[in-house]
Amino acid sequence: MHLALFIIFGLLCLGGALNLLLQQHPINSALSLIVVMSSLAVLYLLLGAEFLALAQIIVYSGAIMVLFVFVIMLLNAGLEEKTRGSRAAYLAGIPGMLALFGVLAGTFFTLRSSFGSARLGAYLATTHDLAQVLFRNLLLPFEVTSILILVAILGAVVLARKEH
Amino acid sequence: MNQFLIFILLTLLKIAVVTVVFLTAVAYTVLLERKLVGRIQNRWGPSRVGPFGLMQPLADGLKLFLKEDLMPSAVERPLFILAPIIALACALTSIAVMPYGRDIRWHGVDMFQIANINVGLLVILGVTSIGVYGIALSGWSSNNKYSLLGSLRSTAQMISYELALGLSVIGVVLRTGSLNLRDIVNLQATHGVLSWNAFGGVQIVAFFIYLTAAFAETNRTPFDLPEAESELTAGYHTEYSSMKFAMFFMAEYANMINVGAVATLLFLGGWSSPFGHLFPDFGGPVVHALLPVFWFVAKVFCFLFLYVWVRGTLPRFRYDQLMGFGWKFLLPLAIANVVVTGLVLAVHG
Amino acid sequence: MSVPIAWYLILSAALFSIGVCAFLIKRNIISIFMSIELMLNAVNLAFVAFANRWHQVNGQIFVFFVMVVAAAEAAVGLAIIIAVFRSRNTLNVDQIDLMKL
Repeated sequence: MHLALFIIFGLLCLGGALNLLLQQHPINSALSLIVVMSSLAVLYLLLGAEFLALAQIIVYSGAIMVLFVFVIMLLNAGLEEKTRGSRAAYLAGIPGMLALFGVLAGTFFTLRSSFGSARLGAYLATTHDLAQVLFRNLLLPFEVTSILILVAILGAVVLARKEH
Repeated sequence: MNQFLIFILLTLLKIAVVTVVFLTAVAYTVLLERKLVGRIQNRWGPSRVGPFGLMQPLADGLKLFLKEDLMPSAVERPLFILAPIIALACALTSIAVMPYGRDIRWHGVDMFQIANINVGLLVILGVTSIGVYGIALSGWSSNNKYSLLGSLRSTAQMISYELALGLSVIGVVLRTGSLNLRDIVNLQATHGVLSWNAFGGVQIVAFFIYLTAAFAETNRTPFDLPEAESELTAGYHTEYSSMKFAMFFMAEYANMINVGAVATLLFLGGWSSPFGHLFPDFGGPVVHALLPVFWFVAKVFCFLFLYVWVRGTLPRFRYDQLMGFGWKFLLPLAIANVVVTGLVLAVHG
Repeated sequence: MSVPIAWYLILSAALFSIGVCAFLIKRNIISIFMSIELMLNAVNLAFVAFANRWHQVNGQIFVFFVMVVAAAEAAVGLAIIIAVFRSRNTLNVDQIDLMKL
């Protein structure tokens, strides 16, 4: 069951990511990113992070990506144009990506026995556990992050406002 | 293995019954709206099909089903088809985590809730937030300026009011200490009206915020700017016809029922009776099991009535008024409610 | 029926590499921004997988902070994109090469 779900949603993730890479139109890229994020939420659920899975759906798929889609619609972004910069990027990007993936995957694969394995239902982080750590041990970072959000809101309002 | 089989079969049974009842309710909500708005405007509403027009939803459904499915030539095909599916699927999903009756087990399976999830409330919020894509994509893929404007407005409106909506339920969650909808209802099921969150729990402000934000989330009057007929023809579904239009239509009414049901669960005690334990149990086990379902449905019906009543009486907001109301009034009020609730709970409990 | 944590990590590595590649190849500024989000998500998956490995919630808390920062970043970043589009009328990064207009 766990294996089947992992394969299905892992493949969805990979497919979505590749589609993001290959699509020419930003709205198609945005939609494939939504697929990636929602499938990741299912993987979180498999790893016993139920609150995080739903937070992923609400924050990433439901808020951040809606913002992206909104901006794409607002600016009426069309197909991507090929320009001089992109050939160099192709030459450097694809081998670089393969090398990066090779190094990371090779490392994880050689160390695979020390990572152990995940069983369905073996570990569940409840909302209560999360709150204990977040609001006791990590209270200061939490407050600092809230200030960051406030600054970001003000910054966004200032930036997006039309000059009169 | 036998236990597992029973579980699967009973769950499928629950899903089938709930889906059929829900879809019928959607169809009859349309009739309710037409009838009530008719009475408010001093006319009869549909009255020809069947006794009191009760067969009207059937006729409507048949008409929409048999209409020609037009596909405008300049649309973005895949997204144009996908959009109504997303809208309807998201609208029909949230009912799966809602408890609509007492926790009564038959062969070890809870018969009055499809899935009891620890973070049930978040599931509903998440599914609702995904539903925005249906409207956003329909407007974009239609290749029509009215549709695009309608969906831009709708997306902005939903993002804005989702904040107030999310903050308004935090008071309830603080009071319960759980995101499980069964726990939230059980806390309110002891003393009838006096223990409901909206009254005994003193979340009346949160209830008001939720209600207002819910009107905006479902694109209903007075916040129905995305489909304002006088400015945008039909808004985001201008280019849709036949079954694809019907899907948007059903999604809108299903969402109305959803927010009504969530408001009932969070603020009005879900399936609990308004009299609490004032009256002793009468009747047999069947009445004991089905009476809560009756209360739940009755409360949701009151919400639907309120929806239609508001539609029949209030004029539409202007767009800047809508945004100002959401950001400058509802959001600060919701934050204040969270702070006050937190302080009171810290002192008292 | 258990799945090795290493598989989750390899999936995360694959998503991250695709994100890097998209970041380099894409020419539309919004698509580039989306590839950054993809990379952040890939790292989040690794965090959650490690949280499962050590049965500690700290890894999940880290993901929370990433989400919050990503939300803040999206708000500011998209505001910048709108401002850039208003003044230059293009979203192609190769044409946005002047410090001052």
